[in-house]
Amino acid sequence: MTGTGWRRVPARAGWPGLVLGLMCLAAVIVPMIAGEHAREIGDVLGTRLTPPLARDGRGVWHLLGTDAFGRDMAVRIWTGARVSLFVGVAGSALSALLGVALGAVAGWRGGWVDRVIVALGDALLAIPRLVLLLVIAALWSPGLRVVVVVLGLTGWMAVMRLVRADVQGVRVLGYVEGATALGVPSWRVLRRHVLPNALGSALVATTLGVGNAIVLESGLSFLGLGVQPPTASWGNMIAGGREWLLVAPWIALSPGLALIATVVCATMLGERLGGARRGRAA
Amino acid sequence: MRRLLLRVTDAAVLLWIVTTITFALLHLAPGDPATLLIAPTATAAEAQQLRTAMGLDAPLPVQYARWTGGLLRGDLGTSLARAMPVRAVITEALPVSLFLGGVSLLVSFVLGTLAGGYQALRASRRVDGWISVVTVTLFAAPSFWLALALVALFTSGVAVLGLPEWLRLPAFGMQSPAAGAVAPWSDRLRHAVLPLLVLSLPGMAGVSRYARQTIRDAHRAPHVVSAYARGLSRRRVEWRHILRTALTPLVVLFGLTLPGVIAGSVFVEQVFAWPGLGRAMLGAIGARDYPVVLGLTVVYATAVVAANLLADVLLWWLDPRRRT
Repeated sequence: MTGTGWRRVPARAGWPGLVLGLMCLAAVIVPMIAGEHAREIGDVLGTRLTPPLARDGRGVWHLLGTDAFGRDMAVRIWTGARVSLFVGVAGSALSALLGVALGAVAGWRGGWVDRVIVALGDALLAIPRLVLLLVIAALWSPGLRVVVVVLGLTGWMAVMRLVRADVQGVRVLGYVEGATALGVPSWRVLRRHVLPNALGSALVATTLGVGNAIVLESGLSFLGLGVQPPTASWGNMIAGGREWLLVAPWIALSPGLALIATVVCATMLGERLGGARRGRAA
Repeated sequence: MRRLLLRVTDAAVLLWIVTTITFALLHLAPGDPATLLIAPTATAAEAQQLRTAMGLDAPLPVQYARWTGGLLRGDLGTSLARAMPVRAVITEALPVSLFLGGVSLLVSFVLGTLAGGYQALRASRRVDGWISVVTVTLFAAPSFWLALALVALFTSGVAVLGLPEWLRLPAFGMQSPAAGAVAPWSDRLRHAVLPLLVLSLPGMAGVSRYARQTIRDAHRAPHVVSAYARGLSRRRVEWRHILRTALTPLVVLFGLTLPGVIAGSVFVEQVFAWPGLGRAMLGAIGARDYPVVLGLTVVYATAVVAANLLADVLLWWLDPRRRT
């Protein structure tokens, strides 16, 4: 494949990539070292609603305070990060997979297959994605797996268009024609000679889609149609903190800050990778 | 003109595909609305009677034909949960959402273009950087989180931070319950501030990011450089030459912003309890009120397709290069 361009990717990832990496690490490590007692509900009256940067009734210091049951918010946020980051990456990857497959078929086959796939994509783009998500998520019983599948089914259109355009551009080049003339089977030409050209833009679109998927998951969970408690995700943590908003605003607001940081980093990372790709082409 | 006509037919075909997809999605889902309406004590025969009355016993193609036929006559069917025409449900909620969406779209575009223009033409590197940090953050923030943050700030936060009392804003409903049927304008205005702010801020942030780039590009365009060289005043060049060039890409953005505003209004109407389309949608989904969900999806899709069509027509009008 395109040696130097791909090797340059880690270097170009820069600080957004670093921050995202650290967040993933924290999501794995923090709930692990915090142990079960941080998540269990213990001495509720003594420990609940501790403000950020303060000590609770037992003298334990909390970075982000505690929630209505005395659970440490920082530990909860990193526990929720496991679900939110997973849904973001898995949902975006699934839609990328669908987008690459459909885009490759549409661009390679052309004709009515192409027209059907493009029309389907345009139609799905005409329904606001949140409305589409609401309809699907509400009709099937809500849960982690449904959310990932639904995100995948509603997010492939942009990737499909990019891959389709790339495939159409490469299809007419001499080396593709040459491979076909040598008797290489059609699907093999597509897989080995055409598709690798399209994967770069698909990677960028996928990275940009992660932030979007995380926001949509949190929105669904906020409305009670996404990840269900007691499994913590940033969305249902914000929803759960709503009733304490005026007394203890940090319960609802701090998971949102983690979410915003993640989305900003994912977007920046996508833009940087896009820049790296353009650098390769030049 | 012929191209325009072709574009309109395209849009109509698109809408037909959208309605068909939504219909299929709703009817492929497990469970049907009758199960929610049937009393637990009802016999199987009574349940069957209800299904027949609701038209749910007919084969899917027949239900689809009935529904599409009604749609062509402007009849969206009857709400199952509220026993009134879907048209009435929509027209009852439409003004609220139109007000929220219309005002915030206008505010987003005017303020966003101004902010982007300020960043591109006037701000120092440092100020530009800080405005970018704010807009990127606002754009990434989910609207329901923004809503809760602003509610916390403008209700209990006013006392905690020692802000003046008039900054304490109402965060529930469209008017004070004590004010009777028609509340004074000042009361309604105060109730509208937070919802409009929540809807406008992310839109404004998105538009300003885009405007900053296009205005910066336009600033370097040959005709702008030549206008400066001819000795035209800075003001004149900025408003006549740069803004006009930068406006064209912004028109495309108009069609792309609408889905975001629609999604935002669903959350805003939910958090602030405004009886608009978004709230109607959530209620209908909860009650498995298929005709209302279908009708609202058609309304939303029509709005998006129409906005894109409008953007295309505007572009055709603004940019002579596209008319050939």
